[in-house]
This record gives sequence, C-alpha cells and structure tokens, in this order.
Amino acid sequence: MIRLDRRPDPSRAWSLATPPLAVLATMIAGGLLFAALGKPPVEAIRTIFWDPVFGEFAFYYRGQLLVKAGPLILIATGLSLGFRAGVWNIGAEGQYIIGALCGAGVALAAYPMESAFLFPLMVVAGALGGWAWAMIPGILRTKFNTNEILTSLLLVYVAEQLMAKMSFGLLRNPEGSGFPGSRNLQQYPSAANSELIAGTGMHWGIVAAFVAVIFAHVLLNRHIMGFNIRLAGQAPRAAKFSGVQPARLILFCLGISGALAGMAGLFEVAGPAGQITPSFNVGYGFTAIIVAFLGRLHPVGILLAGLLMALTYVGGEAAQANLGLPAAAIQAFQGMLLFFLLAGDVLTNFRLRLGRPEVA
Amino acid sequence: MNPELLLSALMVASTPILLAAIGELVVEKAGVLNLGVEGMMIVGAICGFAVAVETQNPYLGFLGGAAGAAALSMIFAFLTQVLLSNQVATGLALTLFGLGFSALIGQSYSGQKPPATHDLWIPLLRDIPFLGPVLFRHDLMVYVSLALVALVWAVLTRTRIGLVLRAVGENHDAAHALGYKVVRIRIAAIAFGGACAGLGGAYLSLVRVPQWTEGMTAGAGWIALAIVVFASWRPWRVLLGAYLFGGITVLQLNLQAAGASIPVEYLSMSPYLITILVLVIMSADRTRAAMNAPASLGRPFHAAA
Repeated sequence: MIRLDRRPDPSRAWSLATPPLAVLATMIAGGLLFAALGKPPVEAIRTIFWDPVFGEFAFYYRGQLLVKAGPLILIATGLSLGFRAGVWNIGAEGQYIIGALCGAGVALAAYPMESAFLFPLMVVAGALGGWAWAMIPGILRTKFNTNEILTSLLLVYVAEQLMAKMSFGLLRNPEGSGFPGSRNLQQYPSAANSELIAGTGMHWGIVAAFVAVIFAHVLLNRHIMGFNIRLAGQAPRAAKFSGVQPARLILFCLGISGALAGMAGLFEVAGPAGQITPSFNVGYGFTAIIVAFLGRLHPVGILLAGLLMALTYVGGEAAQANLGLPAAAIQAFQGMLLFFLLAGDVLTNFRLRLGRPEVA
Repeated sequence: MNPELLLSALMVASTPILLAAIGELVVEKAGVLNLGVEGMMIVGAICGFAVAVETQNPYLGFLGGAAGAAALSMIFAFLTQVLLSNQVATGLALTLFGLGFSALIGQSYSGQKPPATHDLWIPLLRDIPFLGPVLFRHDLMVYVSLALVALVWAVLTRTRIGLVLRAVGENHDAAHALGYKVVRIRIAAIAFGGACAGLGGAYLSLVRVPQWTEGMTAGAGWIALAIVVFASWRPWRVLLGAYLFGGITVLQLNLQAAGASIPVEYLSMSPYLITILVLVIMSADRTRAAMNAPASLGRPFHAAA
C-alpha cells in the first residue's frame, strides 16, 4: 500500500525534475499512440524532437523554431503571473486576436503613409487591445464577482466571430478581388514586422518575448507587486493581513497577461501571418497555458518550455509532411504532456511511503 | 416563423448542454470542479459517432459516447483524487487533450453520415394541439435528458446517497470523520459527470448536427459549466438555464436563416455574450452566490491532513 505524506515545503529538486520526466513520459506514451495509429513510433518521435534541430533540413526548421516560440513565451509569461496569484486567465487566445485586430487596424488606417512611428504605434495599439479585452473579465470579476475562468474563455468565441466579421468587412483588402482577409502587412514597409537577422526567424516579437521574461523575473524577485503575487498564491490569508488588495492584484494580472497576448497577436499579424483572415489564430493562447505550467510558472523555465513546445509544432509539421501524421496528433501530444506534468507534481508536494496506514 | 417548430427545435438545441450541465452539477455537488466538460463532450461526440457508424445503431452510439467520455473523466479523477493535482489545471488539460484526441481518432469519420435516430412519437399525447408537436414528438434522448434531471433532483434531495454526496461536497473533512469514503464518492460522481457530458456530445454528433467535424462542440461544454453557476447548483434551474440558452441559439439561427439585417457574426456571438451576461447577474449578489456553492468546491482532499 502506497501512502502520501505531505512535505512541509515543496521539494525543489522534484519541482525541477518533473518537467524533463514529463517530457520523457510523453515521448513514450506518444510513441505508443503513434504505434496504435500504425505509424513508426521511433521515427515519429525523432522527426518531432530531433530532426528540426539537428537533422538534414535543420537550417530551415531552426528559424521556424523562434517564430513559434516567440508568441508562446510572450503569452505564457503574462499568464504565469496570474496563475501564481490564482487568477485564471484562460482566454489569452481572444486577447491575442483582439490585439492583432487593433494593431492591424492602426496600420490599415494609416495605409499607404510611410512613417517610422507607425510600427511602435501598432505595438501600443495591440497591447492596449489585448489589455482592454482582458479587462472585461477583470472588471466583471472585481465588480460583480463573476468567475473569470468562464468569462475569459467565452470571450474567445466572441473574439473569433469579431475577427471573422472584420476580415469580411471593415478590414477587408479593397484590392483583394473579393477574398476575405486584410491587406498583407508584410508588403507595407512601415508596418511590417520583418526578420531582423535573415534566416534566423528573429523578429521584434521574439525580442519582446525576451524582454518580457527579464521583466517578469525582476518583477517577481525584486518588486513588491511580484512579492504580493507570490504571497496571494501561496498564502491567501497572509496576503489579506499584509494589506494586499485582491481587486488590484486581479486587474494587474489580467491586464499584463492581456497586454502581452495582444502584443503577441500584433507581432504575428504584422510578421509571419501577414494579414487578418478568419483562420488567423492557431491556438497559441491555449498552448501557452501548457508552456506556463511546463516552465513551472518561472520566467526562465517558460523560456525553455516555449522553445520545447515550439519544437513540437515545427516537428509536428515535419511529421505531417513526411509521415502523414495528422495535425491533431500534436495537440493530443501537448495535452498528454500537461497530464504527465500535473501527475508528476505529486512528487513535489508529497513523499511516497510504502506500508500500511497507521491506526490513529 | 412557426412557434411550434421553434419551440420543438429549442428542446433539441438545448439537450446536449442540458445533459452536460446536469452531470457537472452532480460533480460540483460532490465538491469537485471539473473544467474538462468541453473535452469530455467532444470525446463523447466522436466515440458516439464512431460506434454508431460502425454498428449502424444510434443507441449503441449513445452508450459508446457515454463510455468514452466517462473513461476520459477517469484520467481527471485519478489525477485530482489520487495524485491530488490542481483541479483547475487538470480540467484545462482534459479539455486540451480531448480536443486533440478527438480530432485524431475522428479523421476518417468526417463527411460520413450517422445512422438516423428515429423520433419516438408518444401515442395519444402527440395529437394534443400545439403541445403535441412541441413536447411529444422527439427522439429518445430528449426524454432521457428530462428524466435525468428529475432523477438527479430526486436522488440529491430525497435519498441517503444524495445526502452523503452533498455532505462530501460541503465539508469533506466532516464526511471523512463520519466514515464516508470521500475519494470513492467523488470518483463515482466524476464518472457520472463524464458519462453525461459524453451523452451530450454524442447527441450533438448524432442528432443535432448530425455529422462529425473537428471542434464541433464550439464552447458548449463551457456554456454547460456556466449554466451550473446560473442554476445555483439546483437541478430544475439547470433545465431552465439550458432551455433559455437553447431558445437563444434557435432564435439567432432562425434570424440568420431569415436574412435579418444584423450580420451573421454578431448573431453567432450572441449566445456567448448572453451566457456572460447571465453569469454576471447571478454572481453579482455575493452572499447568495456564496451560500449556494458547495463549500468544498475545488478544494483537494487529503485524508492525512
């Protein structure tokens, strides 16, 4: 009989060991899943995890790696602050969409004017758009006590409909011969978020992601707001006694995560995606939740986790092309990773003891 | 628009959400917050669809959907009840995994037609003017969903099992001290919730749509979660909430079909917006919201603590 004893403090060693173990377990379970689908398991795992970095066509995939990791890291960094404080913003996908809409809206309003100020203005508009969209669940939570999990998630569907409307209506390319979708911002020099170093995939969004990681690290370790966030998550009663205002904390966490998600959306629409279309969003906002947990809600951890998750995206595309693996397999794979991670947490918080339970 | 047809369509549109919500109500009454309803519904949708297509029997399909989603919910039960993981995060994981997994196994089923689920016209009652076409000319699952609401209400308020389940949800430490098996009761509740969500999903893919497409639940599971809050954790109010929501869905679909001057996208977002609005109204009164929610909702239970 195995018994669980709560540790007085979470184990640091297990906390660090869980993510790599979870990745390993996912590879094994994923391999079994692929085998069940009739795909060669070892080859599939190698195509997803090894070839994009070290394989024959790695020069192409490595650039893609940063392109995918940028938005994931940017969004997950914002989400992790809220998750630490027990504020569950799971609607980052919606904030990402609205950020892209607002940023692209600014660019399309200015078209065809060329100005050095346009791109910074778009970034601000994107961040404000995401912030405002996240403020809806924030204000509903603080003023009306409405569960932010449900409202933020339901707003994703609203944002998707809004984007569909915009790409058929207001933001549609007048020279697009009737196709849905906006002008391509990559062909508009002042608004384009182009590659900074050719061949690396590096664009301003990735720079912003690195800055956000540093900013979050400083905030959590050197600033009173970061201390309050950690306190509210670990000991809500103590936080109350030390004078932390829950409403302000909720608005701060939702606002930051919304603004970062909005910025991620803007960098994507002005860069890799290029235009607003009804199928612009590809689920970065949801995958970022997994990235945040895989990175242990720690900025540096999120950086590494974001790169790993980007690898599954890039490798997943390669596996789709080479092995005929369905796109959804990667999504199932990512969900599985989160399961193993959460299961592994038992080792962080509890000691496993063999033996019969003592009779009190 | 014919009011008879509109009301009859309302009952069909509400049934998937009603089924999922009544299951989640039982789960939450036992003190567990399972945010994976969306994931369980979509797995139920594909499992039900696959079984129905393979056996050419819709009723086996419904059973298959319930079984598939209940099996998925056991992952959640194991993680949260045995390994004591965070319920919010685990529920989200269940939804993300469910969406991916269902798309994976559903690949070969897109574009196929499921076997028809025939309507059971209840003799005599079906001929009542107006009420007959609205209430008594539906398929079996509509009646099953209504019977489930009544059953859940009766069990929760009129039986010993219901009392124990509510005790576990209100104060798991006290229930444990009295000798009730908190973890086992909760696992059973989670399985029931999973099976109900699976039935709801199967109803979507076999009757409501009827087809399999990736991500076809489109937030229905999240709306079911919201309806449980709207209902203040009371079975008959879940019925009211689900039918209210179904009414809005049917109305906006009819407006779309009638070519109303409001753009289609704005009509499509209305069910989500109205769900948010209703949530706000129900939770604005803090004392009442706090009184009705099960006191141990979302709190992990560890016997040694």
